[in-house]
Amino acid sequence: MAERRFSFFTRGQCIVLALLAATPLLDLAFPSIQLSGPMRTVVVYAILALGLNVVVGWTGLLNLGIAAFMAIGAYAFGILTAEVYPFQVGFWWALLLSGAIGAFAGWLLGAPTLRLRGDYLAIVTLGFGEIVQDGLKNLQAITKGTEGINPLPKPTVPFGAAIQSGLEIVGIASAPAATKAAEGVVAASSNWFEISSATPARWFYLYLILLAVVIFFCRNLEFSRLGRQWFAVREDELAARCMAIEPDKAKLKAFAAGAALAAIAGALFASHLASTGEPANYDFQVSILALCIVIVGGIGSITGVVLGAIVMVGLSNVVLPALTQAMQRAGIGSTENVLSSPDNYKYLIFGLALVLMMRFRPDGIVHTRKAVKK
Amino acid sequence: MTETEVFLQQVIYGLSNGMIIALVALGYTMVYGIVELINFAHGDVFTLGGFLALTVVGALGAAAILDPNTLSDSSHWLLLVGLVVTAGLFCGFLNVAIDKVVYKPLRRAPKLTQLVAAIGVSFILVNIALFWGGAPMEVFGGGNAAAASKDFPEILEGSNLLGEDSNVVLRLEDLAIFVITIPLMIGLTLFVNRTRLGRGMRATAQNPIAARLMGINTDRVIAATFLIGGFLGGAASVMWAIYNNTISFQMGFRAGMDAFTAAVLGGIGSLPGAMIGGVLIGLIRAMSDQYIETRWTNVVVFGVLILILVFRPSGLLGLKQREKV
Repeated sequence: MAERRFSFFTRGQCIVLALLAATPLLDLAFPSIQLSGPMRTVVVYAILALGLNVVVGWTGLLNLGIAAFMAIGAYAFGILTAEVYPFQVGFWWALLLSGAIGAFAGWLLGAPTLRLRGDYLAIVTLGFGEIVQDGLKNLQAITKGTEGINPLPKPTVPFGAAIQSGLEIVGIASAPAATKAAEGVVAASSNWFEISSATPARWFYLYLILLAVVIFFCRNLEFSRLGRQWFAVREDELAARCMAIEPDKAKLKAFAAGAALAAIAGALFASHLASTGEPANYDFQVSILALCIVIVGGIGSITGVVLGAIVMVGLSNVVLPALTQAMQRAGIGSTENVLSSPDNYKYLIFGLALVLMMRFRPDGIVHTRKAVKK
Repeated sequence: MTETEVFLQQVIYGLSNGMIIALVALGYTMVYGIVELINFAHGDVFTLGGFLALTVVGALGAAAILDPNTLSDSSHWLLLVGLVVTAGLFCGFLNVAIDKVVYKPLRRAPKLTQLVAAIGVSFILVNIALFWGGAPMEVFGGGNAAAASKDFPEILEGSNLLGEDSNVVLRLEDLAIFVITIPLMIGLTLFVNRTRLGRGMRATAQNPIAARLMGINTDRVIAATFLIGGFLGGAASVMWAIYNNTISFQMGFRAGMDAFTAAVLGGIGSLPGAMIGGVLIGLIRAMSDQYIETRWTNVVVFGVLILILVFRPSGLLGLKQREKV
């Protein structure tokens, strides 16, 4: 990878991004569905899973508590932006800072635990996840317990106002009619760069751009010196040590990088909900969903992980609830009969996904990428 | 209540819960000792044992053969032992089946692959418990919703064995737990130490390849391990249900984590370690409930788990082992 300083997106990454970018078009075609809102969670989980992928996929460490870092990011974002706290640093600073706080938390957990064997490390991370969740629930003075911190700000487009006024001077963006064409069904305000719940498509695109930035970051991390160290540690710690790689340091960096991405996902999630929500939003099930995304999508592959997020989160957060509602409206399913509600199959789907992937790609976690030979 | 009485009461709670945790912990530690797998699904096998017991109780009650409320004294105990055996066998064979279908093909795969598969099984079992709880049966009190906790009927009469005047309460349930768990543990110890199959288990735990060379049918040993571990888990689930009088589809996660912590605390792979660890975790929980706060108890338990893993991964009774390269 010496010929270029940065590598941009691969063909696969372009395809998944284009696929995601096309979803608001579905809103145009079927105004009754409105996918842009729920699809934001897909983007959030994609970022979360990319963080987990750094740890599980590239470094070969099983982290079962990634949701804890998501929670830390969400609550950091909440505390940094909510009106009840003195900071109120705004969306972008809070996003960056929560990433940094997440990295610090990852470093804090990783420093004493990373020398543990693989399966013990997995259990420690699981325990950490439960401790964080219970801690957030119990420290009501700071976290507002199960109420969550709210309201939280929506994202703003940086320099959006300036660009808007610039466009107005040039005379492109004066008429609200122009935005109508760009936005489809939602008759938005005349400001092109204002994001609100009335403009789900813009909000979605902003998140999508952030996802693209994260993908760009991961892509360039992957074959950097550090990324190659991670692969070496994953394949054979002893051999890596012989190559003058310090496995503990490399692992710690992976842990911190994964935690930072998870925290950013948490911050975006909190902004998406306009609240941190209750601590149970970041429970073990979320960690497992992230793990399913990474494993189903293809461990170690950025494109695969994003695709996995589209499939798994799309299924569990978009398709199943929609199906449940539709069936109830049609009078087929009922809340009385547990089997007839598609939403109740979530655990089964997660579980089967994990079991089948492990069964038929048993080398899953450790040996996946042929690309390492580059 | 005086300070001492409060303390004694917590000791009773702690011991009773600890014995239940120890039974579950034995299932973790035996399986880990033999195949080096953290059987993440064990806690959920335990859950299904509770659901089976409730279904059996309900079926008997509904058929008016054995109404739990009108039983004579000895038949209470008969019912209890019957439930322990039924749920135990069910969980034992379920555990064996899971091993055959899921874990066995992965026996030579990396440990993390096996662990992820076990987590997958755990989620599948949780979903099965959810469906089971939603079954349209009259027996499930406590709300019709599938996810709601189900009431488990009082099988043993709840008068204070220490006399009505005593502030410290020792219920028949507490006694039942000891009467049932202690023989099980003694039986297990004798089995592992005195029988041919038990010797095979110890040999397989030490070195599976050498054990096979010595003519030990390791597949049978492993199946027996899963069977016994599952049986103890099923027995524990019945004890848990009669002690707490409620079961839910997610109870296995918490119980499983307590039990795993107990197994690690005692030294994973060690049978006496799991028993001692279980009792210790039970006592820690009870003391934390009383002297810290109930809502922090889980944090305390997970804190213990992490500290043990970081500072003494071999546990209290485990041997120091170097990881093979």
